[in-house]
Amino acid sequence: MHLILFFVFAGFCVAGAVNLLLQSHPINSALALIVVMTSLAVLYLLLGAEFLAAAQIIVYAGAIMVLFTFVIMLLNAGCEARTLGSRAARAVGFPAVVAILAIIATVILNAQGLGVARLADGLTNAKGQTNLEQLGKVLFTDLLLPFEVTSVLILIAILGAVALASHDGSVEQGTVDREHRAERTGDQ
Amino acid sequence: MTILQFVLWSVLKVAVVTVVMLLAVAYTVLLERKLVGRIQNRWGPSRVGPFGLLQPLVDGAKSFLKEDIIPTGVYRPLYLIAPIIALGCALISIGVVPFGEPSVGPGGLVKPDEFHLHFFQIADVNIGLLIILGITSIGVYGIALAGWSSNSKYSLLGALRSSAQLVSYELALGLSLVGVVLRAGSLNLRVIVEQQATGGLPTWNIFGGGQILAFFIYLTAAYAETNRSPFDLPEAESELTGGYHTEYSSMKFAMFFMAEYANMITVGCVATLLFLGGWTSPLGDLIPPPQNLLVHALFPIFWFVLKVFAFLFLYVWVRGTLPRFRYDQLMNFGWRWLMPLAMLNIVATSLWLAYR
Repeated sequence: MHLILFFVFAGFCVAGAVNLLLQSHPINSALALIVVMTSLAVLYLLLGAEFLAAAQIIVYAGAIMVLFTFVIMLLNAGCEARTLGSRAARAVGFPAVVAILAIIATVILNAQGLGVARLADGLTNAKGQTNLEQLGKVLFTDLLLPFEVTSVLILIAILGAVALASHDGSVEQGTVDREHRAERTGDQ
Repeated sequence: MTILQFVLWSVLKVAVVTVVMLLAVAYTVLLERKLVGRIQNRWGPSRVGPFGLLQPLVDGAKSFLKEDIIPTGVYRPLYLIAPIIALGCALISIGVVPFGEPSVGPGGLVKPDEFHLHFFQIADVNIGLLIILGITSIGVYGIALAGWSSNSKYSLLGALRSSAQLVSYELALGLSLVGVVLRAGSLNLRVIVEQQATGGLPTWNIFGGGQILAFFIYLTAAYAETNRSPFDLPEAESELTGGYHTEYSSMKFAMFFMAEYANMITVGCVATLLFLGGWTSPLGDLIPPPQNLLVHALFPIFWFVLKVFAFLFLYVWVRGTLPRFRYDQLMNFGWRWLMPLAMLNIVATSLWLAYR
C-alpha cells in the first residue's frame, strides 16, 4: 500500500517538476511548483512525518507560493521567450543530472543507514509518542542553538527587507508614518 | 473489523457529512437572508414554502438552470478549475472535525480499535488543527486564480485584496490558536475538547482556560479569512461590482458562494471545538449521562449544532450591524493590533502554564 502510494505521488512530483520547466507562462510554472510541494508533503506523510507534511503545506504551498502567484499576478508577467539551447546540453545534461542525483541519494541513504526496509516502515516507530513530541524535544534540546540562530537570521532578513523598502534607507518611525499618510492621501 | 468494512464505513461517513454540509450551507444562506431582513425591518424571503423554508432549493435550481457564460478573454483552464479549488478546499476541511461523542462506533459503545473508526468524525488524526489551517491556506488559490484568470480589472483587484488579506490574517489566526494548543498539549481536536470538558462551562477554554483574548482574536481573524463583513473588501460590491467572482455565472458563481458559507461553518466548528468545549454539555456533570444509546449519541450532536448555530447567528448579526473597513485600516488592524495581541497571549499563557 505504502509502496503504491509512494510511486503515485513520486510520479506526481516528478511530473510537476518537469511541467514546471516546460511551461512558458510563469503562473503555470508556479502552479506546477505547488503540485510538487503538495506531493512532497504526501511523501513526508508516508514516512510517518505528519508534522513535517503539514508544515510543508502551510508554509510552502500556503504562504510562499501564494506570495509567488501574488507577485506574478501583480506584475502581470507575460510568456517568457524561449531559446533553443545547445543540443549537447540536452543529450548529455539530463542523463548526467539524473546520474549525479542518484549517486548522491544512494550515498546519503547508505551513510545514514536508511535502507528501503527502514523507509517503508516509517521513520517514527516509537509507541505512544507522536512525531510532534519527538520533533519538539530534539528542536529545543539538542538543536537549540541552530534553531535560535535561524530565527535571528530570519529577523535580520525581515529588518533588511524593511530597510530596503523604505526609500531613504532609514527606518525611523516618523518617516514610515509620514510615508503612510502620503500613501493614504494618494489613494483618496 | 476488516479493511473493506473500514473503507465502506468511511465512504458512508464522507457521503453523509457532505450532504449534511451542503444542506447546512443552503440553509445558512436562508438564515442570513431572514436575519438581515429582520435587522433591516423587512421580512426576507417568505413566498416559497412555509416561512420561505423552500427558498434554498429554488435558489439551487435557479443556479443550475441559468446560462453558463464564459467570457472570451479568460484563461480557460484556470478559470474552470478555480471554483473547484475553492469549493473543494472548503468541503475537505470538515473531514477532521469531531461532531459528537467519540465512544460511539459501529455496534454500539466500542473502544476505538486499530482503525480509529468513530461515527461522528471522518478522520481522527493527531494533527487535525494543522490540517484545517493547511487546507484553508490552500483555499486562497481558488480566489486568487479566479481573479487572475478572469482577465478583468475588478476581478484582479478583488483577488489581490483577498490574497493580501488572507496572508496577513492567517498569521494572527494561527497565533491565536497557540494558547489553546499549549493548554491541551496536542493538536488533536478530540484531545483539545476532552481537556477543556472536565467541568462544563467554567472549564471551557474561553472562560476557565483564560483564552478569552485569543477567542476574540480568532473571531476577528476568522471573519477576515472568510471574507465576511466587516472585512468583505475582496467582494465589496460598491467598489468592485463583485470582486473575484465578477465574471462567473450560474453554477460556477454558486460554487464560490457555497465555498464562502462552507468556510463560515468550518470556522464555527473550529471555534466551538477550541474554545467552547466542542460536543460536551455546558452543564458538565450536572446532568447524568443518559443510559439510552441513541440519546447518548445524539445529545452531544445537539450541543455541537447549537454552538455552531450561535456562531453563524453572530456572523449574520455582525454583518447586519458593522460598516465595512477601509483597506489601510484593515491592514493596520491586522498587523499592528491583532498580531502583537496574539503574541502577548502566547507569552501570557506560557508563563501561566509554567508557574501554575
